[in-house]
Amino acid sequence: MLKSYETVFIATPVLSEPQMKETVSKYVSLIEENKGEVVYEEDWGLKKLAYPIQKKTSGFYHLIEFKAEPAFVETLETQYRRDERIIRFLTFAMDKYAVAYAERRRANRAAKKNETQKAEKFAAKEETANKE
Amino acid sequence: MANKVEVNADIRYLNPVTVEVKKKKYCRFKKAGIKYVDYKDAEFLKRFLNEQGKILPRRLTGTSLKFQKKVAQAVKRARHLALLPYVTDLLK
Repeated sequence: MLKSYETVFIATPVLSEPQMKETVSKYVSLIEENKGEVVYEEDWGLKKLAYPIQKKTSGFYHLIEFKAEPAFVETLETQYRRDERIIRFLTFAMDKYAVAYAERRRANRAAKKNETQKAEKFAAKEETANKE
Repeated sequence: MANKVEVNADIRYLNPVTVEVKKKKYCRFKKAGIKYVDYKDAEFLKRFLNEQGKILPRRLTGTSLKFQKKVAQAVKRARHLALLPYVTDLLK
C-alpha cells in the first residue's frame, strides 16, 4: 500500500543553480527507484531562515509530495543525513485532509499563474455560494 | 438639567453597572470548516503566537482542543524548518 508523504528539505545556500537541480533530481530519482511516485514538486527558492542552522542564515527550500511504501521513508531520511548539502529536512505523512489541502493549494497556485483559470474558479465559487 | 445628571451619576455609583458582556470566543477552524492546519503557512501560524514566538493558550485564542493540538504541532514543524523562530523578540 502506497502512502502519501510530503517532504521539505533545506539545502545549503552555497550551491549553484545546476548543483541545486542535481540535488533535487537525486531525490526525485531515489523516490522513483523505490517504487514511489512523485505527485508534485515545488521550489521555494532561496529563503531566509528564522534562525541560523549550521551557521547559515539562508537556504534553498524544496518541497516534494510523493507516494511510497512506508519503509521507504527511512531510506530517504538516511540519504538526507548522509548528504552534506542538506542542512534540514522534514518528512510528513499526509492524512486525507492534508491531501485535500495540498490539492487545493496546488489548484490555487496554478490559478495564480493562469488568470483565466482564476476567473473560472471564482465563477465556480460564486455558483456554489449561490446554491447555498 | 445639570441636577438630573448629578443624580444619575450617584445612582451609578451606588449600583455599579454590571461588567459589559464579553464577546463570545469561538474556534476559528470549526467556524471556517478548516480540517487541516498547514505547517508551511508561517504567516497564518503567526496569529497563534505571541511576540516572543510562544504559542498562545486556548483561553486567549478560543481555539478548540482538537485544533489547538494541530496548531501546536504545525508550529513545531514550522520551527523545525526555520519558517518560525524558536525564540525571538518582536515577532511580526
